[in-house]
Amino acid sequence: MELILAIVIGALYAAGLYLMMRRNLVKLIIGLVLLSQAANLLIFTAAGLRSPNAPLIPPGEKYPVGDFADPLPQALILTAIVIGFGVIAFTLVLFHRAYQSTGTDDLDQMKATDT
Amino acid sequence: MNWLIISPILLPLVLACIMLLLWRHPVWQRWTALGGMVALVGCGAGLFGVVYVHGVQSEQLAGYGAPFGITFVADLFSSIMVLASAILGTAVTVYSMTNIENRRESFGYYPLLHLLLLGVCGAFLTGDVFNLFVFFEIMLMASFVLLTLGGERGQMEGAIKYVTLNLISSAIFLAAVGILYGMTGTLNMADLSNQVVWIAENRPEELPLLTILAMMFLIAFGVKAAMFPLFFWLPASYHTPPPAVSAIFAALLTKVGVYSMARFFTLIFTHDVGTTHMIILVLAGFGMICGVLGAAAQNEFRRILAFHSVSQIGYMLMGIGLIVMLAHRDDEIAHHAVQMGLAGTIIFVVHHLFVKPNLFLVSGVVERIGGTGELKKLGGFYKTEPLLAIMFLISALSLAGIPPLSGFWAKYILVLAGLQLEQYFIVFIALLTGLLTLYSMVKIWAAAFWTDVPDDSPVHNAAHMAHAKHGIRRMIYPIAVIAVIIVLFGVFAGPIFDVAMEAAAQMLDPSAYIEAVQFEEFSPTLGRGEEADS
Repeated sequence: MELILAIVIGALYAAGLYLMMRRNLVKLIIGLVLLSQAANLLIFTAAGLRSPNAPLIPPGEKYPVGDFADPLPQALILTAIVIGFGVIAFTLVLFHRAYQSTGTDDLDQMKATDT
Repeated sequence: MNWLIISPILLPLVLACIMLLLWRHPVWQRWTALGGMVALVGCGAGLFGVVYVHGVQSEQLAGYGAPFGITFVADLFSSIMVLASAILGTAVTVYSMTNIENRRESFGYYPLLHLLLLGVCGAFLTGDVFNLFVFFEIMLMASFVLLTLGGERGQMEGAIKYVTLNLISSAIFLAAVGILYGMTGTLNMADLSNQVVWIAENRPEELPLLTILAMMFLIAFGVKAAMFPLFFWLPASYHTPPPAVSAIFAALLTKVGVYSMARFFTLIFTHDVGTTHMIILVLAGFGMICGVLGAAAQNEFRRILAFHSVSQIGYMLMGIGLIVMLAHRDDEIAHHAVQMGLAGTIIFVVHHLFVKPNLFLVSGVVERIGGTGELKKLGGFYKTEPLLAIMFLISALSLAGIPPLSGFWAKYILVLAGLQLEQYFIVFIALLTGLLTLYSMVKIWAAAFWTDVPDDSPVHNAAHMAHAKHGIRRMIYPIAVIAVIIVLFGVFAGPIFDVAMEAAAQMLDPSAYIEAVQFEEFSPTLGRGEEADS
């Protein structure tokens, strides 16, 4: 399972970075989305795919017994997804406005502020 | 419950919400913002006082001990940073009342300013790696909107680069956080410090992986800090928003990156200083020289200042990079010099936090009166605005490192530490960069202040001048106050150095930091060994 996920994560990173190196604004934002999804999957995988069981504490015990899934990486991913959602929404609006004010979606045309 | 630690986070949050409720009343927002910033200075000063007298403070939100609760830790470095940020925030708020036009004010400029401060103070005070990520994102979101507020074409183009590179750095940060959790089973910084020691003792074969992780964090923070060679978003975007926004960005955003780097590479990643800190030192050297040469090629007031930040970041990283010598030498002198180098970093960060924004604030006044930031079209400000010229000179000479101003002491301490550690090459680069900095500052001085007023300048237009002069005092006073701070910083360099040395000692010996965090008695990661690894 780890191997499959590792390949998927690698493919997502590769596709995301490739898209970001294109000159098109839309491809840039798709690349950003892929990159943040790859990071989420990476947290999920790196934290360990241990067990499908919920980490419930049986009555009378102090901590969960047996094999259980670690809930923390899921909480991290959930937070990261929410943050990523907000950021991507902002980026979409920004790119739309940039397209309106520059009249092009070619990143190579947007060099007025470069140094 | 220690409210003082979380007050620099709660206060901007509450005030930002209040200001959002006052959406239709920008004038009320102004005064709320100003009152909030002054209160934030009070919180920062109180926190600094308590930390200075009683040592490192910490607080566990939610009532659970570390590593389960939400940890906030304030040591000397972080409390100094909170205090300095609040002072600068106050100055910029006053300045913004004139500098920020109504169309920007009415789209939530002041709430965003407070949200930015919320993210910055949170990043300084948090004791948890994931919360650091969250505060980074809060800060970034606020800065994204501040940068694009107004919607001019240049702002959009600058923002695309700024947003894209920062999002990549966030993705790398997030990935590194995930792998770090997978390796150590914790994200609490104090706990991580223990875990790294544990790994070094029990599983030395995992150390190379830890070094790779350290590099991932270095890249993530390096983008935020505009470290060489990851700085390209900075000169492309910092000169596009209004000067007040440029100033607060130059003061706070890169400093948070440097702060996080200093924190991580003294508290957590100290397992292989010979490799990791050597890389930081080399990049610091490249950054210094690259930034200053890039600035020398520019011909616009704010572009020069923006590019200069890159070289100043190099100085800040130099103090962190000098820790590399602990891998080769273990004598008393080396330890003292390393501590001094780190103190130099702290002093430089605080010095730059005042000087660079002040130059941006001056550039705002110059642009308002002169109508442009291009040096060729400016002139005569020494004659027409002598007070402004003197305040520019104080800041510019301080940036270049002329005694007895703040920049001189910051550089002097770093150079002295470098000499004691026999790192002559980086010292040479630091001194050369100082010289070239002077060149750029003299260029601005000569073009904007010393020459005669150009014939086609709008200064000759009475209507323009009447508009430009309206409310200009609210722009001049903050500049004057910061200039006084810069001078006082140089005059009281001795006591400031003592405080910085103490802050550096706290960072180099993390036991006080770790002890201040209250751990839960039962902690799966602390007792890790047999069953936790199955």
